[in-house]
Amino acid sequence: MTILDARPADGANAEVDKGKLVVVGNGMAGARALEEMLRRGVADTFDITVFGDEPYGNYNRILLSNVLAGTDDTSEIYLNPVDWYAENDIDLRAGVRVVRFDRYARVVHADDGTSMHYDRLVIATGSRSFFPPIDGMWADNKTLTKGVFGFRSLDDCEAMLAYAKGRKTAVVIGGGLLGLEAARGLQAHGVQVHVVHATSSLMNVQLDDAAGAVLRRSVEKIGITVHTDVQTKTVVATEGTVTGVEFADGAVIECDMLVVAAGVRPNVGLARRAGLTVERAIVVDDHMRSIDDDDIYVVGECAQHRGQVYGLVAPLWEQAIVLADHVTRTDTKSVYQGSRMATKLKVAGVDVAAMGLKEPEHPDDEFVQFSEPKHGIYKTIIVRDGKLVGATLVGDVSKVAFLMQAFDRGLPLPEERISLMFDIGTPAIEVGAAELADDAQVCNCNGVSKGALVACVRNGEKTVNGVMNKTRAGKGCGSCKGLVAQIVEWAADGDVAVDPSADWYVPGVPYEKSALMEKIRELRLHSVSSVFAALAPDGQEDAKSKMGLASLLEMMWADEYIDERDARFINDRVHANIQRDGTFSVVPQMKGGVTSVDQLRKIADVAEKYEVPMIKLTGGQRIDLLGVRKEDLPRVWADLDMPSGYAYGKSFRTVKTCVGSDFCRFGVGDSTALGIRIEERFQGIAGPGKMKLSVNGCPRNCAEGLCKDLGVVAIDGGRWEIYVGGAAGAHIRKGDLLATVDDPDLVVTLTGRFLQYYRENAKWLERTYAWVPRFGIERIRSVVVDDSEGIAARLDADMQKAIDAHEDPWKEAEVPVTPGQFRTSLPLTVLPMVPVR
Amino acid sequence: MSDLRVGRCERVEIGNVRDIPVGEGRAYAVAGEQVAVFHLRDGSVRAVGAICPHRGGPLADGLIDDAVVVCPLHGYTYDLITGTETANDGAAVCAYDAQVDADGTVRVSARGR
Repeated sequence: MTILDARPADGANAEVDKGKLVVVGNGMAGARALEEMLRRGVADTFDITVFGDEPYGNYNRILLSNVLAGTDDTSEIYLNPVDWYAENDIDLRAGVRVVRFDRYARVVHADDGTSMHYDRLVIATGSRSFFPPIDGMWADNKTLTKGVFGFRSLDDCEAMLAYAKGRKTAVVIGGGLLGLEAARGLQAHGVQVHVVHATSSLMNVQLDDAAGAVLRRSVEKIGITVHTDVQTKTVVATEGTVTGVEFADGAVIECDMLVVAAGVRPNVGLARRAGLTVERAIVVDDHMRSIDDDDIYVVGECAQHRGQVYGLVAPLWEQAIVLADHVTRTDTKSVYQGSRMATKLKVAGVDVAAMGLKEPEHPDDEFVQFSEPKHGIYKTIIVRDGKLVGATLVGDVSKVAFLMQAFDRGLPLPEERISLMFDIGTPAIEVGAAELADDAQVCNCNGVSKGALVACVRNGEKTVNGVMNKTRAGKGCGSCKGLVAQIVEWAADGDVAVDPSADWYVPGVPYEKSALMEKIRELRLHSVSSVFAALAPDGQEDAKSKMGLASLLEMMWADEYIDERDARFINDRVHANIQRDGTFSVVPQMKGGVTSVDQLRKIADVAEKYEVPMIKLTGGQRIDLLGVRKEDLPRVWADLDMPSGYAYGKSFRTVKTCVGSDFCRFGVGDSTALGIRIEERFQGIAGPGKMKLSVNGCPRNCAEGLCKDLGVVAIDGGRWEIYVGGAAGAHIRKGDLLATVDDPDLVVTLTGRFLQYYRENAKWLERTYAWVPRFGIERIRSVVVDDSEGIAARLDADMQKAIDAHEDPWKEAEVPVTPGQFRTSLPLTVLPMVPVR
Repeated sequence: MSDLRVGRCERVEIGNVRDIPVGEGRAYAVAGEQVAVFHLRDGSVRAVGAICPHRGGPLADGLIDDAVVVCPLHGYTYDLITGTETANDGAAVCAYDAQVDADGTVRVSARGR
């Protein structure tokens, strides 16, 4: 036996004074424990070796179903690649299995013949697929029959993917979470899938029968066949390859692939052989130590704590923290008291959340149940002594955030229990704010507790934004902003300062839009730098304010605007839209979405010459050349010899049209001609947000005029309707009818006047779908159509001034405006490449 | 981490400041590293790694002010002196010493801070 890393005979060398920490298992639990320990400086006191069965760095096992379904690539699920271990001075033995350890000699033995001393041992061996005893499942003692798979590891996953190609039918044994995910994944590869479940209801561990039935309906709806209450008796094989399964009642399903997802079993053999107490898993104390040995820690699915074995990630994270506190001795009082089981996940495309009890247990338990199987929705709430002790949500998990918090923290619940399920009278959040425990985490992205928010307010920060900036709460996904605001209001006891900056046009200049415009006019500030110098606190420039100011000044001064190129966003510096890999997209002008042989030929030639990786038709009826290198832009424009299509700015974008009366047998108005005319007139006009328009030749609205910033619809009798404030992107809104007119000239005039009014009054980045309802369609109509304020002529004149100042930016191809305007910003490295199709 | 063979204080000449428009940045190769060099409105220069640590965005294409550069892809914001990410708690970018000589020559120290 060779003993590596034998302990030094004496402490002569300071370096070797370090202890030896060995981690057995490199799954999510082992890696998480490692990360938590590193964070606490474990590397200062221990040299670390990690043994992992699988020959990889560690990966997110939860995402294996995505890999199977093809939505994630294998490379995307790694948590820590092999490099990470080297960078942290961790000796990773990937693909090496520990076969035995001796806790008296404190040595681990691995299957590659090495033996290694340890001072602390962390066991994170996780669990493995459970294969129920079924005839014909195994080819021999160790090998599954060909075509039979477990679903646990990356190797399982890749083997299944390789095998699934061209197969017709797969049977999945097990209708739990893993089985349904496997079924969904295989289905994505065109395989007909049967799920075979031994009990009467899917996911019966987490869900009650009614919820299981609702889930079943949803799963069957997507084409997966479900068989319940069936015992698989035999795996039928022909010439050593699976061809079907036979059930206890004699029925047979023919299949060419079988996946066994009938649960998992903790890997405890190693611990049992070493003499540690093992029941369902390795028994640990509140420090996550084996109850038999103070130097052996256990974490994850192989640990049994207070009788519980956890199979979800959240408990595992909590365990890893406690374990790390003790191994590094950074907090010797830290204890793990068990986790409340709450989970929210997507099963075969269906949202499911489950926490605590799945069914009432006591006669006094309140039980609220809502079921709408036709729509795949099922909800239950179980309340005991006024506290939430269980909840199940299938199909609609919109209330899960509050429920999880109420469940975790034992919050007082609203008297109307039904409001826990639906948004009718959501429990007043103020109640939540007041009752929330101090250590309750409010911002889950940046880990900010209620206590931290309250302390920030007590220290004198009285604005919501101020608190968010200081604590970073709400700065991640932003979903907690509402709760943060409520807590700040509650903590300030009504003394919340209204945050003035919320109304500023841009964050770096303390004026709202109309006051800012007044100042700019009064001081005759024609450039962005002059605005900062005159109006910003201490004359400080602010990078995040530049683009908004540039747009505003261009709108206000038109040809008198002093254009400082550094105030422009990169798109506006090079007149193209930056892509994720630093290349650009080029969209030539194609007015009204009407093109010609000549244009198409030129575009094709350019695409070929510059090896454009993707040519894409846009939603605005244009042709987009994607992946053009910055340095090629001027030559691309020159070769195209077409004007810019403005697919990159906060500006007038496109006018979509239908074919109208020229060809369409239903058309009642010449929509293409009007669309082209509008686009010609307003091309490239800057604004607070994008302006996307459409003109339609009849009320069939084939160019989708009701969901545009401005949409024109021809109606019978030579009249035109104008709709404004519509959207169908991140937000959906049907436009409001601004006016019905009988003259295309008037359509053009009102379009210009409306756009100018919008340009002057909307906040930076406020699209018409937000501005129109905020301002009110009546007010807009009275100004734009009825000229109630007597500014119509002035609006028209200002718009005309902007139109006159317009120049095609692609002319800059001839003489660059700044040195190196089109120089690449990434000279050496190949960026994460967008795949070429 | 970076593989630099240039001495700790040695400055690499990258070109003239007039090649960088005021208020903008340009990317350069400095001792095998890509560096975004910015020409501030006060005439001074700053230099940070050219590649956004978040998703590889080209920082030289970002908007700047006296203190920060904002990545054009997702708005990650880096302090031009320290390289610290200030908007999203992201990883810092490497920051370099940079200076302009009287004749406009820009020099960048190869040692990232």
